[in-house]
Amino acid sequence: MGTQRHFRIWRGDDETGDLVDFDVEVNEGEVVLDIVHRVQATQAPDLAVRWNCKAGKCGSCSAEINGMPKLMCMTRMSTFGRDETVTVTPLRTFPVIRDLVTDVSFNYRKAREMPAFAPPEGVAPGEYRMQQVDVERSQEFRKCIECFLCQNTCHVVRDHEENKQAFSGPRLFIRAAELDMHPLDAKDDRKEVAQAEQGLGYCNITKCCTEVCPEGIHITDNAIIPMKERVVDRRYDPIFWLGRKIFRRPGMPEKPADGRRG
Amino acid sequence: MTDIERHSYDVVVVGAGGAGLRAAIEARLAGKRTAIICKSLFGKAHTVMAEGGAAAAMGNVNPNDNWQVHFRDTMRGGKFMNHWRMAELHAKEAPERIWELETYGALFDRTPDGKISQRNFGGHEYPRLAHVGDRTGLELIRTLQQKIVSLQQDDFAETGDYEAKIKVFAECTVTELLVTDGRIAGAFGYQRESGEFVLFEAPAVVLATGGIGKSFKVTSNSWEYTGDGHALALRAGAKLLNMEFVQFHPTGMVWPPSVKGILVTESVRGDGGVLRNSEGKRFMFDYVPDVFRKQYAETEDEGDRWYTDPDNNRRPPELLPRDEVARAINAEVKAGRGSPHGGVFLDIASRRSADYIHKRLPSMYHQFKELADVDITKEPMEVGPTCHYVMGGVEVDPDTAAAAVPGLFAAGEVSGGMHGSNRLGGNSLSDLLVFGKRAGEGAASYVDGLAERPAVAQADVDAASEEALAPFAREGGENPYEVHSELQQTLNDLVGIIRREEELTTAVKRIAELRARVDAVAAPPGRKYNPGWHLCLDLRNMLLVGECVARAALERQESRGGHTRDDYPGMNPEWRKVNLVCSSSPAGDVDVVRQPMPVMPMGLQHLFDRAELAKYVTEEELTAYDAAPSGDGAADEEEEN
Ligand SMILES: Cc1cc2nc3c(=O)[nH]c(=O)nc-3n(C[C@H](O)[C@H](O)[C@H](O)COP(=O)(O)OP(=O)(O)OC[C@H]3O[C@@H](n4cnc5c(N)ncnc54)[C@H](O)[C@@H]3O)c2cc1C
Repeated sequence: MGTQRHFRIWRGDDETGDLVDFDVEVNEGEVVLDIVHRVQATQAPDLAVRWNCKAGKCGSCSAEINGMPKLMCMTRMSTFGRDETVTVTPLRTFPVIRDLVTDVSFNYRKAREMPAFAPPEGVAPGEYRMQQVDVERSQEFRKCIECFLCQNTCHVVRDHEENKQAFSGPRLFIRAAELDMHPLDAKDDRKEVAQAEQGLGYCNITKCCTEVCPEGIHITDNAIIPMKERVVDRRYDPIFWLGRKIFRRPGMPEKPADGRRG
Repeated sequence: MTDIERHSYDVVVVGAGGAGLRAAIEARLAGKRTAIICKSLFGKAHTVMAEGGAAAAMGNVNPNDNWQVHFRDTMRGGKFMNHWRMAELHAKEAPERIWELETYGALFDRTPDGKISQRNFGGHEYPRLAHVGDRTGLELIRTLQQKIVSLQQDDFAETGDYEAKIKVFAECTVTELLVTDGRIAGAFGYQRESGEFVLFEAPAVVLATGGIGKSFKVTSNSWEYTGDGHALALRAGAKLLNMEFVQFHPTGMVWPPSVKGILVTESVRGDGGVLRNSEGKRFMFDYVPDVFRKQYAETEDEGDRWYTDPDNNRRPPELLPRDEVARAINAEVKAGRGSPHGGVFLDIASRRSADYIHKRLPSMYHQFKELADVDITKEPMEVGPTCHYVMGGVEVDPDTAAAAVPGLFAAGEVSGGMHGSNRLGGNSLSDLLVFGKRAGEGAASYVDGLAERPAVAQADVDAASEEALAPFAREGGENPYEVHSELQQTLNDLVGIIRREEELTTAVKRIAELRARVDAVAAPPGRKYNPGWHLCLDLRNMLLVGECVARAALERQESRGGHTRDDYPGMNPEWRKVNLVCSSSPAGDVDVVRQPMPVMPMGLQHLFDRAELAKYVTEEELTAYDAAPSGDGAADEEEEN
């Protein structure tokens, strides 16, 4: 029924590791995750891999497949040549825990620093009124399944561990944009916070994040660029400038971050 | 055992899906130090997969909707096996719970006047499901996740520590509840990353662990669904209610094999999709059962008109409750009128524009395109039944979500009673919110009422750790993956959508044989993130729960909702009065007993026509109904809303 295919899967932990070869059966219609599971069931029962829904909805099974950041559950075997070796490695930007599982706590830490939705004062539950056209912009960003492929791909942090401190990454930029465009969010300094505390300025718009997003979210065009543009607008608005000087948020630097790093 | 990490909390919530997160929010708001424990990463629980929506009678699309109508639909859907009080609380409180999500930042799709939009779904009389395209579960879990983060930010502002009052232990699996003198004293588990053990000392535990689908071969459920919470509750001395009721969703993908079982949301039918057999016939018109005949269209024209004029037409039979549709599909395939890969056709391509489909069903479009090379705007899908949801679960007090063991609470899919013999689509997400909140409240006030906290017994901790390590000691034991796949096949074949006595008896026997094998599975060495070991431990739970399902299914000699007996077709009003309750000895021997179903107050009974009620209840019950003055109680309820 199936054909035999060649796989190379990275195995190891935070100290050492290597690619390990597996010859494994592949059947019609299967995805990479199916094959990883078959390896697990028949050859390497302790092969560590995260997964959950197997339908592209939970964003757990992120990995690099032949060097491309992808969801294993949505990568069909039919996209490879018959004799092509399929190499599966863990996300490079995050520390390995074991095999294909990485420590993605960076993303949760950054999420925790992101100011939460601020409900509008005086609007009772059940009284929220918003137009579909107005919620759609934010809804695009709320499609995010937190697979962190964008975070993994972004070269601001992919090759620069030192930037992780100051840079939150595309996942959090779309969160900032989502709240900024939320028709009823009561906070009005989302862009400034993104610039000053999340390192929006580090992004130099190479669009790598957008390319790998399995949800097809237009991260760069619809979130990052508008956020940057409006930050620029406001920075030269003298009234805003004044206000910003006087009511400076703690921890907000005097000078915006350099936009050309990374 | 000195190497065990110890934590002390007021309330420990096991599970980070909708129910667990909502419970944790409530416990934290009540001032309790709260831990959330989950097997996956934070934000990835099974709830994330929910598609269609959350049912709540807000009346935004059709102002005739109200809690009474929702209550009626829920009871009908469950074939009157629901705990009336749960169905009542759910119908009344669901709207508030949904509106509350907006204050946490949720963005539902809107009506033209800016309210939350609501869509049609099987068994719901009016458009009732709040939704976000077909990714409602994602919106729900993300919103709750972000609310937890915002509470942590409040705590940070106050104490300088994000985790002062609420902490998430992700990728941590609870393997045992610890009970001291009959009361909950804590929970024991392992961390996936390190493989190290962790002990939570806490007087109250809320189980919100979801379902059991991974015991079945064809399922829409994720790997997490190994029935842990059901098994933990049993072993702690709590009881499981009506485990025979398992929902097979009528529309799972059937091809290619690797995606068999993955869900095709009911919204496809709610938004105009129809089912056809290989002859192109809309066969559902042939399968409308008597109890529903008055509410469903008799012709295709009438059914089609309903989408735009629901006040003057009846709904198409594709939107019957799930059990009816699943059985119909099963029958068509058996009769040789199935699709090439053993399902039937679900067609929306010929009925709605490509634009409409893209807009309303984006993730279905994506799923079929990516996984099956099918463009659902151009061709029909092939679909068939898939194990989807367990109605049975931990027996709880409806108001507080308390289980039989003091200190133990349960909410969400792991709890039983709310959905009777069959859950309506959309009623789970709202259930999670309504009873998640109540469980958090219940746990908090239980803790407030305690004079003294039960102490964890060291012997219990030692026993739990020994049990968890046992698979490493079994050299040359069986491969857990193989045993798992046999268990799945057994339940699928013998305790599936259509059941009969011989098969169920065989299933019980096979499960007993499998038990010996589960006790002998061996884990590959190494405790660090070792899925082989994890599966060994999950198997124990899957087996115990599988046995409950098989035993209860054997016991109930009638067909109702998610339990269809070939040898006992049809509902039996006498059986409606009987709950089947499973318990387990510490050694894991399951016992099934019959328990009377709580009687619905007359005020609620009178929300139903006599003629309708007569289809479900005994003569005796009807006499009582006739004797009570009509409208009694119902009128008061009306005002309360
Ligand atoms: C594909 C699909 C679509 C659906 N669509 C809808 C819909 O449109 N509307 C609707 O109302 N319902 C829908 N449902 C049903 C609904 O999604 C589930 O019933 C519901 O999400 C269950 O939520 P929960 O909070 O009970 O548990 P879950 O969200 O499943 O969460 C369970 C949690 O418990 C944790 N856990 C389990 N065991 C342990 C353990 N031993 N130790 C520690 N943690 C543990 C898990 O890690 C997880 O965090 C759908 C279901 C599926 C499969």
